Amino acid sequence: MADVNITVDGKKVSAPAGTLLIEACKSAGIEVPAFCYYPGLSVQGACRMCLVRIEKMPKLQTACTVPVAEGMVVTTNSEEIVQARKATVEILLGNHPLDCPVCDAGGECELQDMTFRYGAAESKYMEAKQHREEQQWSPVVYFDRPRCILCYRCVRVCGEGMDVWALGVQNRGVTSIIAPNKQDHLECEECGMCIDICPVGALTSGAYRYKTRPWEMNHVGTICTHCGDGCKTTLGVRRSKGGMEIVRGDNRDKSGINGDFLCIKGRYGFDFSHHEDRLTQPLVRQDGKLTPVSWEQALAHVADRLKQVRDAQGGSAIGVIGSNRTTNEENYLLQKFARSVLGTNNIDHHRTADYPAFAKAIAGKQNATATLRETMTAPAVLLIGNDPTEQHPLLAWNLRTNHRVHNGRLYIVNSREIKLRRQARAFAHVPEAGGESAMVRYLAGEENYASQIETAGFNRDAMRSFRDAVKAEQGLVIIFGSELRGDDVQALVRFGAGIGAKFVCLGDYANSRGAADMGLYPDLLPGYTDLARGSGFAQEYGSVPQQPGMDIVSMFAAAQSGRLGALYVVGSNPVARYNIDPAALKNTFVVVQDMFLTETATTAEVVLPAANAYEKSGSFTNTFGDLQLLKKAGDLAGVRSDFELIVRIADRMGADIRKLVPFGKGVRADMGQSRGAQSGEADRHMVWLSAHNLEPKLSPFDPEALLDEIERLVPGYNFSRLKLFAGHEAHTFAPEHSSVGQPSAPETIVPANDTLFTSGTLGRYSNAMNSVIENRRAPEEIPAD
Amino acid sequence: MRFSEELEARFARLASQYPWKRSALIPMLLYAQDEVGYITDEVVSDIAHRLELSELDVRNVISYYSLLRTKPAGKYVVQVCTNISCLLLGADELFEHCKHRLGVGHTQVTPDGRFSLEEVECIGACSWAPAIQVNYDFHLDVTPEKMDKVLDQYATKAQA
Ligand code: SF4
Ligand code: SF4
Ligand code: SF4
Ligand code: FES
Ligand code: FES
Repeated sequence: MADVNITVDGKKVSAPAGTLLIEACKSAGIEVPAFCYYPGLSVQGACRMCLVRIEKMPKLQTACTVPVAEGMVVTTNSEEIVQARKATVEILLGNHPLDCPVCDAGGECELQDMTFRYGAAESKYMEAKQHREEQQWSPVVYFDRPRCILCYRCVRVCGEGMDVWALGVQNRGVTSIIAPNKQDHLECEECGMCIDICPVGALTSGAYRYKTRPWEMNHVGTICTHCGDGCKTTLGVRRSKGGMEIVRGDNRDKSGINGDFLCIKGRYGFDFSHHEDRLTQPLVRQDGKLTPVSWEQALAHVADRLKQVRDAQGGSAIGVIGSNRTTNEENYLLQKFARSVLGTNNIDHHRTADYPAFAKAIAGKQNATATLRETMTAPAVLLIGNDPTEQHPLLAWNLRTNHRVHNGRLYIVNSREIKLRRQARAFAHVPEAGGESAMVRYLAGEENYASQIETAGFNRDAMRSFRDAVKAEQGLVIIFGSELRGDDVQALVRFGAGIGAKFVCLGDYANSRGAADMGLYPDLLPGYTDLARGSGFAQEYGSVPQQPGMDIVSMFAAAQSGRLGALYVVGSNPVARYNIDPAALKNTFVVVQDMFLTETATTAEVVLPAANAYEKSGSFTNTFGDLQLLKKAGDLAGVRSDFELIVRIADRMGADIRKLVPFGKGVRADMGQSRGAQSGEADRHMVWLSAHNLEPKLSPFDPEALLDEIERLVPGYNFSRLKLFAGHEAHTFAPEHSSVGQPSAPETIVPANDTLFTSGTLGRYSNAMNSVIENRRAPEEIPAD
Repeated sequence: MRFSEELEARFARLASQYPWKRSALIPMLLYAQDEVGYITDEVVSDIAHRLELSELDVRNVISYYSLLRTKPAGKYVVQVCTNISCLLLGADELFEHCKHRLGVGHTQVTPDGRFSLEEVECIGACSWAPAIQVNYDFHLDVTPEKMDKVLDQYATKAQA
């Protein structure tokens, strides 16, 4: 839309027609205080805090409701306005207790700030304040009525933003009160958005309330370790007796790909991290019992036994299982260690999506994968399978926002009546078992599949108009779940590419995509590189076995028949997930690195206590291919990162560590030159490095050294370092650059089937997730990651 | 939940009368209240269902209007306006009189279930203040003597 010119406080400002005055002021750096206004939500006009003077208008106007108009002359700061705002604050304080020092929001409360600024703590009201007792609405949501200033942000974010509509307003006037949907409690998605958005201390979180003060914590922005969307979560940490304890998660500053969105897992699901069952000592089986030993002993034992098996039976007698939750650097290192030190291609992980088939289908195309951000702005999205509300909450949030704010058109193909259908322009409700895949064939023009998807509610006409509508879309993003595998993915990509669509393949865990991209496959090197085309890697690694290795299922079959001498499991619980009889492993030397004594760990001979993703640095790739940096937030005495453990084991096996982790390369050479002709160069280099937040890699335990190698060797990972290190996401393109020969074993894909309130092994140890009543559905199976 | 045939027919008509179904909410609540006596949990969930609203939405509306109630009331609900016009012409004494006469206070029900008493805001009859409303009937220019007569009338009616 055309720009409109206005004058604000004597400053010329232009903004597109239709922009709200408050936003136009903000874009010019002029702050207009607001309580009820919240960007992206509908306009409320309830608090009158945003009053400004507009020339030629008789009264003060609310900047949050008035759109800019050509020639408008606005004053946002004058004696009159200060008085008006002061009066507003005074009214708001009419019923509000003046006890900020004991309020949970003290120190980060918008009302407190405004009271300080406009000084209205003294009141002319004689009436007694209405008191009501505080209420607990759910394990995570508490409500303290007297503090509420009736801005209705919570009501709107829950309704419009979350599409849950769990909060309402009851009574009227001064007695109005925010009410939960079940009269005295909430049944909802427990996302905590209402708490986060509350400008005061009326809504508080069960996880954090009254524990500490914002200025007593360190705030570390890192990436959520639960689903595959990769929200940024800012963790508030403080010192505890075992290290650094995480006390809060939020993303108030809206940095990151999620804005201020977080679901229950990102916001409260960090508590597994200080669960009392965390392992903090290495364990070695002695006389049949797992017994605490020193790190020295445990690592030596692992290295000796792995070496023994390798030297006696060959690398092919060793299996390695990686994780969906370890970092890219760890996954990359693990496969490099397996291939170059253990000498085996027997490496796999719990697969939750058919990334190899996707990579094969999309190989050679340019820029064919959509970023997460694009799902919020794309003019149209086709979603096939999956239930993002449960499994990809941020994606669901983006699709809803796209629908609401950008008029995006959403088309859904699903065999279940998923909640997002409420935002869909068209919903193809296909039959269960194969409905999604038949629909893909139908979309691609194979008419004979029509009979397989036809139902009473979805007839041929509906089918045809669905297909026509999708085909007419420009700038379509196609998102699909693990219902589609192998040839279906191929067919879908062929169809979508024909209409210029971009694609997203949904995997389940925080770094499922990273595990796939980094080559945790028996037949694929990093970047979905076919073994036969991996000469680049072979050169770099010294050697890579040429024969494809065993997948996860074959490894256990081999163990059963006595052909697997050793199994190295990093952050995974395959014994439970794949229903393995522990007896199958009785002749196999099993090492497990994990946070908890999982079903797999109990079968092990050595268990090494590992740090989780909140306790280390590195990077994750979300399922869209957006690469993001993790920052270490929590800390627990006694655990070590998987990265460090792999390096230490390799070291003790006699591997050349400098080859495994190329630390100290390049940069270090410059570092010593503090004198002589080149000294200025070195200093300038250091200045440049620190100016860009880069650090020299001097330690073999520094994952950044491997990030360099990943950037250099993994096809599609030539991302922008500056973006990444400045705290943004950098999109990667591994599938586009892949060289998959024959994608293997789609039958080893088992979806995680997590709900909003479960999260694999982490969910089992999260009190927050287990305490909400919505988490009633019994788990269908025990998770692997 | 099934209402009387007559009310069911009325509901059916209401639901189709408005461009938005939810617009029928307030009349439906009023009619249901007249038939059932007050708005029970069952009525809330039934009407929510009929109008495709959440129960929370329905409760939000109920709590806004003092005319809608979620607790049983007397057969005759005596609403005495004590807003400004009525107040100036003796509404306070009138309300006190009612309290005394009926032996109950604001929003309370007489033990025999015949009357309940409420002190309400302006009922739009200021020209004839002080005014009261008994169920849907107005009584105007009320004095304590007139009040007694009115209450007697209803007491007899309640017996019949
Ligand atoms: S926690 Fe989330 S879903 Fe529940 S009431 Fe708050 S905003 Fe709504
Ligand atoms: S609870 Fe908080 S967000 Fe909700 S209306 Fe009250 S002050 Fe606003
Ligand atoms: S949507 Fe996914 S990444 Fe975001 S907070 Fe929830 S689980 Fe974490
Ligand atoms: S912010 Fe404008 S009225 Fe509340
Ligand atoms: S003030 Fe009593 S009817 Fe208006």
